Amino acid sequence: MSRDTAICIRDLEKSFTLHTQGGVTLPVLRGVNLDVAHGECAVLTDPSGSGKSTLLRAVYANYAPQRGQILVRHAGGVVDMVSAGHREIQEVRRRTMGYVSQFLRVIPRVPAVDVVAEPLRALGHAPSDALERAQQMLRRLRLPERLWNLSPVTFSGGEQQRVNLARALIAGYSILLLDEPTASLDADDRSLVVELIVEARRAGAAVLGTVHDADVRDAVATRLVRLAALRPA
Amino acid sequence: MIDRPLLSVRGLTKRYGDRLGCLDVGFDLWPGEVLGIVGESGSGKTTVLRCLAGGIEATAGWAEFVERDGTVVDVLRLPEAARRRLARTDWAMVQQNPRDGLRMNVTAGANIGEPLMAVGARHYGHIRAAALQWLTQVEIPCDRIDDLPTAFSGGMQQRLQIARCLVTRPRLVFMDEPTGGLDVSVQARLLDLLRGLANELRLSALVVTHDLAVARLLAHRLLVMRGGEIVEAGLTDRVLDDPQHPYTQLLVSSVLQP
Repeated sequence: MSRDTAICIRDLEKSFTLHTQGGVTLPVLRGVNLDVAHGECAVLTDPSGSGKSTLLRAVYANYAPQRGQILVRHAGGVVDMVSAGHREIQEVRRRTMGYVSQFLRVIPRVPAVDVVAEPLRALGHAPSDALERAQQMLRRLRLPERLWNLSPVTFSGGEQQRVNLARALIAGYSILLLDEPTASLDADDRSLVVELIVEARRAGAAVLGTVHDADVRDAVATRLVRLAALRPA
Repeated sequence: MIDRPLLSVRGLTKRYGDRLGCLDVGFDLWPGEVLGIVGESGSGKTTVLRCLAGGIEATAGWAEFVERDGTVVDVLRLPEAARRRLARTDWAMVQQNPRDGLRMNVTAGANIGEPLMAVGARHYGHIRAAALQWLTQVEIPCDRIDDLPTAFSGGMQQRLQIARCLVTRPRLVFMDEPTGGLDVSVQARLLDLLRGLANELRLSALVVTHDLAVARLLAHRLLVMRGGEIVEAGLTDRVLDDPQHPYTQLLVSSVLQP
């Protein structure tokens, strides 16, 4: 794995066996090889249903692949997210890797600003410092201030997505996994998010994601990747 | 910080005559980690908890616990006096029914103060100050300090029990369906509180629950039990989002979405 490579995927295979539905097996990823370097934004362009989200989730170790390696650069070393133990994976998630899904899962009573501050608290920042930076991030993402102290449960899709993004961007992770980060945003907010993603990439983050919107894709991607082309014939 | 598990369990087995309680259960619990045990009733999860926390004698296996001074003890073979000392100083048990964990005929303040007195606190003013501080921490109005728990709602009783359990700063907390008997609206508040306290105090906890939503929000890692055995283990989000074992898949797919 070369020095500036942040993610190195080799011969990745992921299928799902549905034991409750007659044991049918759905092959989703097979023979996937992909490298993403620091300062690069690789956007997956396959049609829906081809395993883009599955790949992102496998990199985050949210899904367990059957075969292959997902090497990520972490704390000066390299961790294989497929074979790493739970403590190592938790460390990678705490220090190195952020993941933005299209869904936000929160406890009903926790205010948005605390949801956003949490990754910094987990890194040992003082509560007041974490709070202040969370407020800055929410201001930047133009989430109305009257919402900061409310739980995101009742927020609109676009508001929830901005909370999700703020949470992933606040800690300055060196690897960002973005699964349709702008899906529920209007045009103004989309350009704001584009700005933040480009900023993170320029600061050296390796970004791997899916973006449906063509304008956003053109604005953030430094490379377009098709999973289908990554598989051996 | 010690870089070894706080509690290591191997081969834990309990037989009730011919019937199996749990078989060959093994896991490590790390400092600051909340480990959930999920499964349906009869899966053996409560048996595991009671073998470790006391109340049931294990048939086989060992469970090593690292004390504050670094001494390692096998909690399954601990003499009763030593076990009671640990229960006072290093462990706490949050019962599903707060009435089992509280003394219902003494005040809220006394419920929090008693465990402190059991570890040697004598100064009334300090004990009362600690009780007030803990009432605030579990979001019970301070003017309720002299009320009996019988005058509290179920959610408040459960929060009082948590204060009683945590006031001595235990290093290992056992929880048996901590949100079990509560209304859904009260559950969320309690979960938030527990999660905050676990983070803040770097608690290690073993939480038994049949509620996967509770497990997702509280536990870093899950053990899935069925028929007395662990059938799957892993990071909480991995186990719930990509369950491997047929039984885990059944559990996850059986949850009703509101």
